[in-house]
Amino acid sequence: MKMTYRALLGASVAACLSGAAMAETTITVATVNNGDMVRMQGLMDDFYAKHPDIKVEWVTLEENVLRQNVTADISTNGGQYDVITIGTYEVPIWGKQGWLESLNDLPADYDVDDLLPAIRGGLTVDGNLYASPFYGESSFVNYRKDLAEKAGVTIPDAPTWDDIKKAAAAMTDKDAGIYGICLRGKAGWGENMAFLTTMANSYGARWFDENWQPQFDQPEWKAVMTDYVELLTQYGPPGASNNGYNENLTLSLQGKCAMRMDATVSAGSLTDPAQSEFADKVGFALAPDAGLGKRANWLWAWSLAVPSSSDAKDAAKTFINWATNKDYIALVASKEGWRNAPPGTRTSLYANAEYAALPFAKMTIDSINAADPTNPTVKPVPYVGVQFVAIPEFAGLATTVGEIFSAALAGQKTVDEALAEAQAAAVDEMTAAGYIK
Amino acid sequence: MATQSSRFAARLMVAPSVFVLFLWMIVPLAMTIWFSFRMYRLLSPDRTGWVGMRNYTWFVTSPDFWLAISNTLLLVGGVLAITIIFGVLIALLIDQPVWGQGPLRILVISPFFVMPPVAASIWENLFMHPQNGMFASLALALGHEPILFMESYPMSSVIFIVSWEWLPFATLILLTALQSLSSEQLEAAEMDGAGALSRFRYIILPHMTRAITVVVLIQTIFLLGIFGEIFTTTQGGPGSASTTLPYMIYKQAVIAKDIGRAAAGGIIAVILANIVAYFLMRGIGKHLDA
Amino acid sequence: MARAVTTRRKIFVTAAAWGVALLIFFPVLWMILTSFKTETSAVASPPQLFSADWTLENYAEVWGRSDYPRFFWNSVVISIGSTLLGLAIAIPAAWSMAFVPGRKTKDLLMWMLSTKMMPAVGVLIPMYLLFQRLGIFDTKTGLVLALMLMNLPIIVWMLYTYFKEIPGEILEAARMDGATLWNEIVYVLTPMALPGIASTMLLNIILAWNEAFWTITLTTTKAAPLSAFIASFSAPQGLFYAKLSAASTMAIAPILILGWFSQKQLVRGLTFGAVK
Repeated sequence: MKMTYRALLGASVAACLSGAAMAETTITVATVNNGDMVRMQGLMDDFYAKHPDIKVEWVTLEENVLRQNVTADISTNGGQYDVITIGTYEVPIWGKQGWLESLNDLPADYDVDDLLPAIRGGLTVDGNLYASPFYGESSFVNYRKDLAEKAGVTIPDAPTWDDIKKAAAAMTDKDAGIYGICLRGKAGWGENMAFLTTMANSYGARWFDENWQPQFDQPEWKAVMTDYVELLTQYGPPGASNNGYNENLTLSLQGKCAMRMDATVSAGSLTDPAQSEFADKVGFALAPDAGLGKRANWLWAWSLAVPSSSDAKDAAKTFINWATNKDYIALVASKEGWRNAPPGTRTSLYANAEYAALPFAKMTIDSINAADPTNPTVKPVPYVGVQFVAIPEFAGLATTVGEIFSAALAGQKTVDEALAEAQAAAVDEMTAAGYIK
Repeated sequence: MATQSSRFAARLMVAPSVFVLFLWMIVPLAMTIWFSFRMYRLLSPDRTGWVGMRNYTWFVTSPDFWLAISNTLLLVGGVLAITIIFGVLIALLIDQPVWGQGPLRILVISPFFVMPPVAASIWENLFMHPQNGMFASLALALGHEPILFMESYPMSSVIFIVSWEWLPFATLILLTALQSLSSEQLEAAEMDGAGALSRFRYIILPHMTRAITVVVLIQTIFLLGIFGEIFTTTQGGPGSASTTLPYMIYKQAVIAKDIGRAAAGGIIAVILANIVAYFLMRGIGKHLDA
Repeated sequence: MARAVTTRRKIFVTAAAWGVALLIFFPVLWMILTSFKTETSAVASPPQLFSADWTLENYAEVWGRSDYPRFFWNSVVISIGSTLLGLAIAIPAAWSMAFVPGRKTKDLLMWMLSTKMMPAVGVLIPMYLLFQRLGIFDTKTGLVLALMLMNLPIIVWMLYTYFKEIPGEILEAARMDGATLWNEIVYVLTPMALPGIASTMLLNIILAWNEAFWTITLTTTKAAPLSAFIASFSAPQGLFYAKLSAASTMAIAPILILGWFSQKQLVRGLTFGAVK
């Protein structure tokens, strides 16, 4: 109510005085420098027209640097930011600490029930929505249909790992600079470990058993790592151990990856003729499984949240409502086409006939719906999270393990050595953190 | 010359510098020592307390620790060796009479003006990238497989990039030293029949000792803390192949968010720096005397 | 050198020197060229030295996406401010070290240098907390102080070595004429040391401009300089070489141009006492 009143007042004052000085609230918004967030900064005229009393200052940084600064701020109660961009991993942990402001009181036009249930669930702790999803993603397979045809392979809509291996082998043509499969190899909990954890889920492996005992000494992990290293060394691009999301997307846009498993959110770029000359040849498939009932797809949402230390919470929430509302999606669609609308947050987007007609829309929503953060693995686990384990220790531990696995991919370690080291590191960390004795 | 009062005035004039630097050093250092004995994890604020030496033992027994130490020393030593050897050679070359001395010097010192993260990302993306970099294109054009710089030679690649950044600094200092060498001395030596090599060995090099000492000292101080270039290019990998002590601390502080361990690492880094400084001063300090 | 030089030798040396210089400069040149290409021709294989389709679009996009003038202005204020403040504190210190040396002067200098040895990442959280509590987080004042303190040891040392080369007799003569200490520094010493001071100033402006850890960590919007500007363009998704090059060029151009124009002054004093 207050919000609408202020907005109305702001609009009318602006109309009357046209630019005359008024009480302005300045909010500092921290965002990552990915395409969708940069696009939002270009659409701010709409926000300022609706909320002339709020001025937005941007802090746009590369993901790792942003995370460093935002974490330092929030954990020391710094109060530098009014809106922060965080992921599905941080939200439950930070929410529990009381570092985030509940967003349950967003106005009715926010339509919280329109959020995709899986995404909303990941951002809610004890009934409080602590962050509003800006875009959501799962992971799936994208491939070049022309190369598949040329190689005489078909990639089913719901492939198995065997299908993927065969297709990768058939499509690889290293002399022509075509690599059968591109997967994340760069070390990091959000890079190679995001992918490897989902692959592990589909292979029946898990990070920890019910008693938080690390499981890297189990045969399932050995199968995962053996296949992963084999796939990439035989059919992957050279230097795969230094390739993360950005590098593989670039290679795919250039048509150098015949097949790639990565975030669904890149579908917009891949099918955009302005960004790739192979845009009309891209096919999509669900992430593969190994017949055990779990697919290798993750669930992530870059979301906007208000730190408890913010001193402009109302304005911050007004901004979040604007940026993650259905109207914003419609705004992007009207200015830049449906392809560029931020995906994976709202049911209504996928009900829209125009959007559903896009080649990746159905695969994206199916992938998101197939991910279950509360039940991510074949065997039972004590944790929540598909491609991560929602405990504070995970980022550090998974980055260490990610480095070990990245070294295995680069050929510096055997798979057995890598798994033994990973197990030792995990036992060490979990003991130090008091999960196991 | 110095009277009692001027001595007092002199102390007074040093005081502000010493005072602010002392504060700048002691406050963070004290906090770091304090944290290094405590459990302090940013994301688990409810778990705190004294842990004795546990952060230190964790750091020292971590499988990457000795590799990180040796990588740190390798980075410092490698960059020093490259910048000094090539610095001397380039200084000798551009000290000769050439056309366009001014523009030439501008080209040579340009890398020094490039912000380190920019330098690292130019080299990584535009040159060393295994698919899109210029080196890869050149290799392919010559019928070779592209070299995987960041995967196969991570430390060498980082050393190379850092050397490129610091080469102008070394070259300039060495060049100034070279220019102060009296040409009479060289000519006399030439008259006496000394060849180019022995002129270099017995006249030029001794004359440059002081300059080399300065380069070693200043660069060591900067190089011991090198972090940005590794962060931008290899992220300490693959595995931990290019992890240095500062990068290891970064991982604890920023990724694992374990401030206690990062603090212990910081103290260890200070100790290492002091050990290096000790040997440095013993080895070359005498050249610094006026 | 006064030796006779044959033209042939000069041609040879010139060619060699220019070859080496161009090799060293090439990465910078390549970055500048890339910034004027389209994204596709930026990654073309084989590389195109001169692209067929030059464009200013990258600059337009980078300019439109961020508030470059503000980042630029912050860089200017921070680097010049920290240098001037540093000089103000360092000149008296270097003076007294050079002309009234004590037994501990050498140790003091070494100690000052050693304060630079703590790796920045090791004191990340302590600094963060300090800046927050002192209320200087994300202020230009805070960064001016931090960078001044970081570079102060270098400033003191450069000035010290430069002052030491000034003969003490001149100062004594001035003192005979009744000059006070203040007069001595302002009217005698400083003019004589001007080249050294100029060079120190330039070097420190460069060091401050290029600092890219604290300037990113201790700022958000108000005081963020060009290093933060670059951090908002690094590692984005998709094809980005040309835009990254454009942003990089914009970040280093001011200091590069300053460096080129003041090259002589920079070099003249950049001896650190290396010349006897």
